[in-house]
Amino acid sequence: MADTIAPQPAARRATSLDIKTLGPAIALILLCVIGFLLNPAFLSEGNITNLLTRSAFIGIIAVGATFVITAGGIDLSVGSMAAVIAGVMIIVMNNTIDTFGTGIATVLIGCFCSIILGLGAGWANGMLTTKGKIEAFIVTLGTMGIFRSLVTYFADGGTLSLDYGIRDTYRPVYYDSFMGLPIPVWVFIMVAIAGWVLLNWTAFGRYCTAIGSNEAVARYSAIKVDRIKTWTYVLQGLCVSLATIIYVPRLGSASSSTGVLWELEAIAAVIIGGTVLKGGYGRIGGTILGALILTTIGNILNFTDVISNYLNGTMQGLIIIVAVWLQRGDWGRKGRTKL
Amino acid sequence: MQEAASIEASVLSAESVSKSFGTVPVLFSVSFDIRAGEVHALIGENGAGKSTLMKILSGFHDTTSGAIRLDGEEIQLPGNGQAEALGIVLIHQELNLAEQMTVTENIFLGRELSRNGLLNRAEMARRVGVMLAEVGLDVSPKARISDLSIAQKQMVEIVKAMSRNARVLIMDEPTAVLTDAETELFFKQVRKLKASGTAIVFVSHKLHEVMEIADRITILRDGQWITTKQTAEFTLDSMAQMMVGRELSDFYPPMNEADVDAEVVLSVRGMTTKNLRNVSFDLRKGEVLGFFGLIGSGRTELFETICCLGEKAAGTVSLSGVESSHASVAEMRDAGIVYLTKDRKEKGLLMEQGMGPNITLLALPRFIRHFMLDRTAEQKALERGIRRFDIRARDPKARARELSGGNQQKLLLAKIMEAEPRIVVIDEPTRGIDVGTKQQIYHFIAALAAEGISVVVISSEMPEIIGICHRVLVMRSGRITGELTGEAINENEIVRYAAGLKEETFRG
Repeated sequence: MADTIAPQPAARRATSLDIKTLGPAIALILLCVIGFLLNPAFLSEGNITNLLTRSAFIGIIAVGATFVITAGGIDLSVGSMAAVIAGVMIIVMNNTIDTFGTGIATVLIGCFCSIILGLGAGWANGMLTTKGKIEAFIVTLGTMGIFRSLVTYFADGGTLSLDYGIRDTYRPVYYDSFMGLPIPVWVFIMVAIAGWVLLNWTAFGRYCTAIGSNEAVARYSAIKVDRIKTWTYVLQGLCVSLATIIYVPRLGSASSSTGVLWELEAIAAVIIGGTVLKGGYGRIGGTILGALILTTIGNILNFTDVISNYLNGTMQGLIIIVAVWLQRGDWGRKGRTKL
Repeated sequence: MQEAASIEASVLSAESVSKSFGTVPVLFSVSFDIRAGEVHALIGENGAGKSTLMKILSGFHDTTSGAIRLDGEEIQLPGNGQAEALGIVLIHQELNLAEQMTVTENIFLGRELSRNGLLNRAEMARRVGVMLAEVGLDVSPKARISDLSIAQKQMVEIVKAMSRNARVLIMDEPTAVLTDAETELFFKQVRKLKASGTAIVFVSHKLHEVMEIADRITILRDGQWITTKQTAEFTLDSMAQMMVGRELSDFYPPMNEADVDAEVVLSVRGMTTKNLRNVSFDLRKGEVLGFFGLIGSGRTELFETICCLGEKAAGTVSLSGVESSHASVAEMRDAGIVYLTKDRKEKGLLMEQGMGPNITLLALPRFIRHFMLDRTAEQKALERGIRRFDIRARDPKARARELSGGNQQKLLLAKIMEAEPRIVVIDEPTRGIDVGTKQQIYHFIAALAAEGISVVVISSEMPEIIGICHRVLVMRSGRITGELTGEAINENEIVRYAAGLKEETFRG
């Protein structure tokens, strides 16, 4: 008797977990169905490619944010960081034309510069949070303001434009395709796979989860908490720099309005994907879906007149709130308390 | 007095209450009643169903079948602590105080006094001052909860319950973290409450305390009601036997002789920190070394400092004769010394994670192959741990928080043993766990020593220190005040050293 009923709780746990993990995927499929019903052109190859390319920026940044958030931190500076990195990249590339011309060498110098800046900015955020013992929210709120004002200053309040010669060399990074998929989508896929492996299959990922669950337990378990936390911010910086590298050739310019609100979209993508905001549980796959969901909403609104495009933010906001409400996971189990 | 109590009708009672979580039954038709002006102790091993019964009595859980009666009337208790309005207060083992608020704010939380729409803070502070003085708790009403010791927090919880005119006070292991002196003070309050007619349910693993304070005792085992009798009808032995359901012979394992010539594996000299003053001692291979002392005597701080979990001001640590320059917990782990915390929930286990990630966390570098986690090896570690330490979980995917205290402790042991240490420091190895599991842990410690592993046992429980240690060091106010070996280890001497009545100039 006992034997026959014993496995049931495990089965129930599995199904409730499945609803949680499959939620974002189901939501995305629903959105696609709605999009298709509103306008069949939604599922055209051109639109799908466009959608994926646009998701790439937020998606790549959100992969980094997944680590920061899983380890119990938060990084609000990513949007401003992207803007300042884009600005500095453009200045550096424009100024190296005299020495290296408008060829690949100049673009590579720009990219190198971007990566160094990304790592450096992430490291600064990380050290201020860990060694400086300042709340991550405050640190990155501070650096967010600093980065934003720096790009405004560099652009002298206007727009930094990339030299047209370099634009032609750099253009393919955003506009060209490889095996039918745009380059940014490939970068997105690679970052996503690398992030998934790192989070689920390495000690680093396990340590992030442990720190996010309970820092004291992590410390008592011989985990170098400060070092791991700093690494999550460095990783976030790297992701921002990669996103910026594929973003710059899109418009060839940077201004104080570059990357505005990216931090919120990245965090939203992470949360919609099922990662817990207070840390301790992270899902890269969910983050990817989250980024796709956010972009899809905007895309659908562009396609239809039913809801004004200006309500994009409203729709995204609603989706975020609903997603988190669904993930609370205790709906339909009213009255049941934990043991 | 006793007769009077027994004639009196019960204030709160459970009649043939059963409870299942999902399809897992945890209580089988248990009856329990509590009368005004009595202390009714509820005892049983971990997982016997005590917590569930307490939560049912206070409305936090509903019943699967059976009835709850308040003053003889059948009642459906409101959930989520709202039963407090009916005078039924449950004091959780994990105290429920707002850490960042003051004592006064906590005690008046949710029913603040106000005058003309503004908080009457002066009056609240005055009343709390009176209440604190009554229980002999020497803290300011303005003190922040986070600045109090656990014992003080416990007393604040009780003051809070008293201030709510609780008719039924249900306390889950209130004395687990109290020292003997604090326990005495606490019992004084309990007797006062009892005299004023409060019905008190008292849950504890400390059987002698139950003997001292309870009027009646109910024993649960595996979710079944075993017996309810007057305290006078029990002996310590009969209680323990009924809890476990078998004879508890060989409670303490046979001790192998300590080899006084064995190699010194750990040697500490002149360890000094904020609270430690010049502590020196040696630990030999295969030795079980006990550290006894009152709370705050510096035992935990000493070993956390040795394991690089705390800041040291001066002093050296030598491992097998070589002075260690290690600066991190990871390096100490690799050098073969690990520390098992007494604070399972906050420092020991990731409560929201499964057993697997917990068991390999300390020794994770051992589970890396080609830079990747070796999940197969992790699974084997889990199976090994469950087998070796007899960890019982409802299902293998259970999260750490769903395990009983005893099983959590075993999981923690399994976790530190994955690092294959040569020296194990176990802080309060049996805090808050039942007799049966205690016995298993004692036998396990003895087995480790027999294998040649050195074990340091930090404990506030005298019998276990005496029962399992080859040698005992007693600490007081950040210093080692005495050393006792073999036959000389007895309660009297330990107490004299711990209380400062006797002191020897001790050099390790």
